[in-house]
Amino acid sequence: MKVRVSSDDNIYKMLNHKATLIRRDLVRMSKGKHLHFGGSLSIVEILVVLYFHIMRHDPKNPNWVERDRFILSKGHAVPALYAVLAEAGYFPVSQLSSFRELHSVLQGHPYSKTLGVEASTGSLGQGLSVGSGMILGARLDGKDYYVYVLIGDGEANEGAIWEASLFCSSYKLNNLIVIMDRNHFSATGPMKGRVDIDPVADKWRAFNWDVLRVNGHSVRELILAIKKTKKGKKQPSIIIAQTVKGKGISFMENRAEWHNNKLSEEQYKSALSELGSVQE
Amino acid sequence: MNKAGDVSLAFGKALVEIGREDKNVVVLDADVSHSTRTYMFKEEFPERFYDVGVAEQNMMGVAAGLALTGKIPFVNTFSVFAVARVFDQIRQSIAYPHLNVKICGAAAGISLGDAGPSHHSLEDIALMRSLPGMTIVIPADRVETEKAVKAIARYKGPVFFRLSRGIKPDIYDENYEFRIGKAVTLQEGKDVTIIGTGTMVAKALEAREQLSLEGINTEVVNLHTIKPLDEGAIIKSAKKTGCVVTVEEHSIIGGVGSAVAEVLVENGNVPMQRVGIRDIFLESAYTEDLMEYYGLSVEDIAKSVKRCLEKKSLIENKS
Repeated sequence: MKVRVSSDDNIYKMLNHKATLIRRDLVRMSKGKHLHFGGSLSIVEILVVLYFHIMRHDPKNPNWVERDRFILSKGHAVPALYAVLAEAGYFPVSQLSSFRELHSVLQGHPYSKTLGVEASTGSLGQGLSVGSGMILGARLDGKDYYVYVLIGDGEANEGAIWEASLFCSSYKLNNLIVIMDRNHFSATGPMKGRVDIDPVADKWRAFNWDVLRVNGHSVRELILAIKKTKKGKKQPSIIIAQTVKGKGISFMENRAEWHNNKLSEEQYKSALSELGSVQE
Repeated sequence: MNKAGDVSLAFGKALVEIGREDKNVVVLDADVSHSTRTYMFKEEFPERFYDVGVAEQNMMGVAAGLALTGKIPFVNTFSVFAVARVFDQIRQSIAYPHLNVKICGAAAGISLGDAGPSHHSLEDIALMRSLPGMTIVIPADRVETEKAVKAIARYKGPVFFRLSRGIKPDIYDENYEFRIGKAVTLQEGKDVTIIGTGTMVAKALEAREQLSLEGINTEVVNLHTIKPLDEGAIIKSAKKTGCVVTVEEHSIIGGVGSAVAEVLVENGNVPMQRVGIRDIFLESAYTEDLMEYYGLSVEDIAKSVKRCLEKKSLIENKS
C-alpha cells in the first residue's frame, strides 16, 4: 500500500512539474504578443493530466485511429494546448515562439490541420457538438476511444452548448467526458452579477449528465474524477473544475484585464521568476 | 417535356443507394425527415441515421465530428435553417477545416411559399458562395438530383446541395452524365444566353420556346454548380450570343446573377439582366402564385430576354 501511494505521489509530482513547465512556456511564447493568459493558465493542470497521464495518444502517430481525442472548445486558450502538445512531442517547443505569426502552423485559435489539434474551434459553443459526432463515428467503427471536451464557463452562455448537452445525454454518449473550466470569469469580468450559470451542476444534472466537482488545479483530484467517470457509466459525464483565472502568476489571478493581454518587459521577468527555475 | 418527377423522392432514393454503396455515408436530420425524405434512409439504415431533434446548430457540429472520423455525413433540414440559422457552425466547424460534410437544404427558394418569409430561403446561395472551398450544387430535375447526390458523395469536401421539392418537369433522361463544376448547354442559340439554375431551368426552356415563335434564338445553360463556377462556359456562351439573362429562385443579390456578373465584368462585359427576387421579403402564398407576382414566371424571363436584346442592339448600333 505504501509503495502505491508513493508511486502516485511521483506521478503527481511529475504532473505538477509539467504544469510549471507549461506556464513558463506560455510566458515565453507571449514575448511581445497578446495572449489569452487568464483562460490558458486556468486549464494547465487539466491539460497536463489528460496528455501526460490519462489519454491514450501517440505524438509520433497523431492520426492513430484508436487514440483518445481532446477538443478545446474554449479555443482562445489554445496557447496552453500548444505548449502541452509541444512538451508531449507533437512539434518542437522552439516552435511555440511562432504563435500567431505569418505562416506559422500555430494559428490564433485551434485549427484541425495543426498536428495534435483535433477540431477547429474559436467561435464558442461548438466543440461539444463536434466531440459527440466523433463518439458516434467511434461507435459505428466499433472503437472504444474517449473524447474529452474542455469548455469554458463563460462559453456555457452559448445556447449551442445546451443543444449539444441535450443531444449527448439523449444518445447516452458515455465515452464523452466534458470538463468545464469554472473560473467564474468571462472576457469582460466576473460572471457573477452578469449572465452567470449557477447552479451549474444542477443544470447539467437536469440534462441527465453525471456531474462531478473537483479542484481544477489538483492533479490528484482531476485524475480520480476522470477515472471515476469511466466506471460503468451509462451517461455522459461532466467534471466541473473549480479554477482560478490566471492561475500561477499572482498579478494575473482573478484579474479580468489578463483575459487577453501583453506583458511588459518587467512583468515578463516577474512572471518567469515567480514560476521559478525548473529543470527542463 | 411532358414527363415530370418528384425531386424530393429522387433525393430520398438516391441517399439510400449511396448508403448501400458506401457504409461511411451517414444521415442527420433536424426533425423534418418526412419532408426531406430522409426517412427512407432511416428505414434501411437505422444505425446510420441520426435524428438530432430541433437543434440545427448542434447538427452541424455533430456532422463535423462524424466527418473527422472518416464518415460522410449528409445533414438535412429546410434550406432556410440549413444555412442562415447555422452559418457560423458551417463556417467555423465545417468550411474552415474543409470537412467532408454535405449540407442538404431542402425546400429551398420559395418551395414553402405559403409558409411565408420565415421559411423562404432566398439568401442561401449568397451566403454559401462567400465561404472558401464550399461547393454549391443545385439540381434542376429528378434525374439530375439523383446523379448529383452520387457525385457529391464521391467528392471529398464540403458541399451545399440546394434542393427544391415536389413534382418538377423532367429535363434529362437516365443517360445524363453529371459532373460537378461543368455547366450544361441544354439548347444552343445565337441571339441571347439564359443561364438558369435549379427549378428555373425548366422555365428557361419554356421561355425559349415562346421566344422562338418571335424569331429569337436562345441558348439555355444549366448552371447546376454555382461553385466552383464554370467560368469558361459562361464566357464562351456570352461571347457567342453577346447578352446574358440569369434566372434563379433566389435574391438577385449574391446568387447566380451576381456570380455570372462577376465573371463577365472581368471578361468581355456584355449586357445582362437578372431574373430573381428583387431584394424584398415576400409573403405567404402558393409557390406558383408568388412566382407569377414577384417576377419568376416564364413571361418575366421572356421580358428580360427582350430587354437584354434591346441593350445589346443599342451597343451594336453605337459601334
